[in-house]
Amino acid sequence: MTYQTRTNGRIRVGPDSYGRQLPGPFLAPGTSSFTDFLTAAAPELLPRLHQAATGVMPAGGAASGSLAADLPHGTTIVAAACNGGVVMAGDRRATAGNMIMQRDIDKVFRSDEFSAIGIAGVAGIGIELVRLFQVELEHYEKLEGHALSLDGKANRLASLVRGNIGGAMQGLVVVPLFAGFDEDTGAGRIFSYDVAGGRYEEHRFHGIGSGSVFARGALKKLYRDGMPAEETVYALMQALYDAADDDSATGGPDLTRRIYPVIATVTADGYEQLSDDAAGEYARIVVEGRMEAPDGPPVQLSLPSGSPGALPR
Amino acid sequence: MPFYVSPEQAMKDKADYARKAITRIRSGVVMTCDAGILFVAPNPSRALRKFSEIYDRIAFAAVGRYNEFENLRKAGVRYADMTGFQYDRQDVTARGLANWYAQLLGTIFTESPKPYEVEIVVAEVGKIQDDDQIYRITFDGSVADEHGFVVMGGQADQVAAVLKEKYSDGMTLSQAFTTAIQALAGPVKGEGAAGGETATTSPPPSSRWPCWTGGGRTGRSAG
Repeated sequence: MTYQTRTNGRIRVGPDSYGRQLPGPFLAPGTSSFTDFLTAAAPELLPRLHQAATGVMPAGGAASGSLAADLPHGTTIVAAACNGGVVMAGDRRATAGNMIMQRDIDKVFRSDEFSAIGIAGVAGIGIELVRLFQVELEHYEKLEGHALSLDGKANRLASLVRGNIGGAMQGLVVVPLFAGFDEDTGAGRIFSYDVAGGRYEEHRFHGIGSGSVFARGALKKLYRDGMPAEETVYALMQALYDAADDDSATGGPDLTRRIYPVIATVTADGYEQLSDDAAGEYARIVVEGRMEAPDGPPVQLSLPSGSPGALPR
Repeated sequence: MPFYVSPEQAMKDKADYARKAITRIRSGVVMTCDAGILFVAPNPSRALRKFSEIYDRIAFAAVGRYNEFENLRKAGVRYADMTGFQYDRQDVTARGLANWYAQLLGTIFTESPKPYEVEIVVAEVGKIQDDDQIYRITFDGSVADEHGFVVMGGQADQVAAVLKEKYSDGMTLSQAFTTAIQALAGPVKGEGAAGGETATTSPPPSSRWPCWTGGGRTGRSAG
């Protein structure tokens, strides 16, 4: 794969130990994007996802499908806006086919001080995507002297996801859920993505992954606008429990091994991940409640006054 | 341009040019203290900075021509982020960065018609004050490993003389700051560090540039 090295006119240096022409891209004024810089200076360091987008794709679709089935996949991630921010939670199970590959994989990460990212899909590529995104945000902030706006971060993530479209077409799908605290509005915001790099702002709550349909169904009934962070965490714990209840690829809280969902809040105070003890406390409350009501806290459903009369016999 | 210039003459001209340019600029001071590493320099601008974070425990300071050291600063950030991304965050060191800058500045000095009129310092805060590292890199790519304090640019000798008297290991942050201001004020007849800029590489990190590893001196209190 060839790439252009831009040399700053008057400086020409021999290749360094990497075999690259230094310092061209290092000294060239211009982009504050780490990904763009890597593309110019060292494209081989980019996660495979980017190379897959521009390189050659294997001829057969069947072979690539089975590759995807053998790689660990990550599953349910949920996020919900709370009073003064946003909460994101993810389960801890990674599966490949019917095998559990890892019991305590982390799928929710701090992308920067005021934002969080969770990944669903092929775990290996997802983690690389998160790493690249983290460096991308930090890099911009160091070069420019101020952080990107939340919209800017969301857009940047969209292009990184777009870069994986070649991999996605081969079955190596990775989809993130991005949530952050908007310093301008003082509110939490949630963004979801599709494999083509489409970026969609979600309101109130959202979930991604194989168990997300169950989690979202639960949140439909459990979520209220403007809940404080603690209640939002509790609601998300319930939602993940429901997802694990119905989706084999999502793991519920493991009280014996003390492995609980990763829960992170992002507020004006920044990103904060719940300690194991705190997460365990919420998990214990959820599980104890389920001992009495296995399907979760029931919603009090009552007909409003002036309802239709008695049922016909 | 003459047809032939002897290398000695060319190098001497470049070195004289750079040295003269650097003598004209205002000094900056870098010194270690109990809380971390302190950077002090006069700076009339509110937006343009002489100091910057490069990585978790590494900072960059420069005096000289702004666009040139700004270029170097950005190049350093790119190098650090690329190394940290390629390997791991803890594999990015000030020593590696200083060596890289030396190579870069040396090449620029030799191969370009005009050398960079800058003097830069790369510093890494350690877990204890003894592990602090300060490297000074000059316009021609020479690296020096410094201890305690460094004076960059301007009337370096005079400022350094004052500091040598007053500096001691284990000063608190406020003591170090006062000493730096006094030293800088000395040669510049009173207008010294008015409108100055200070930065400290120490825990807790400044809220503008978050540090992730949360590395920092444990059991060290800020003055």
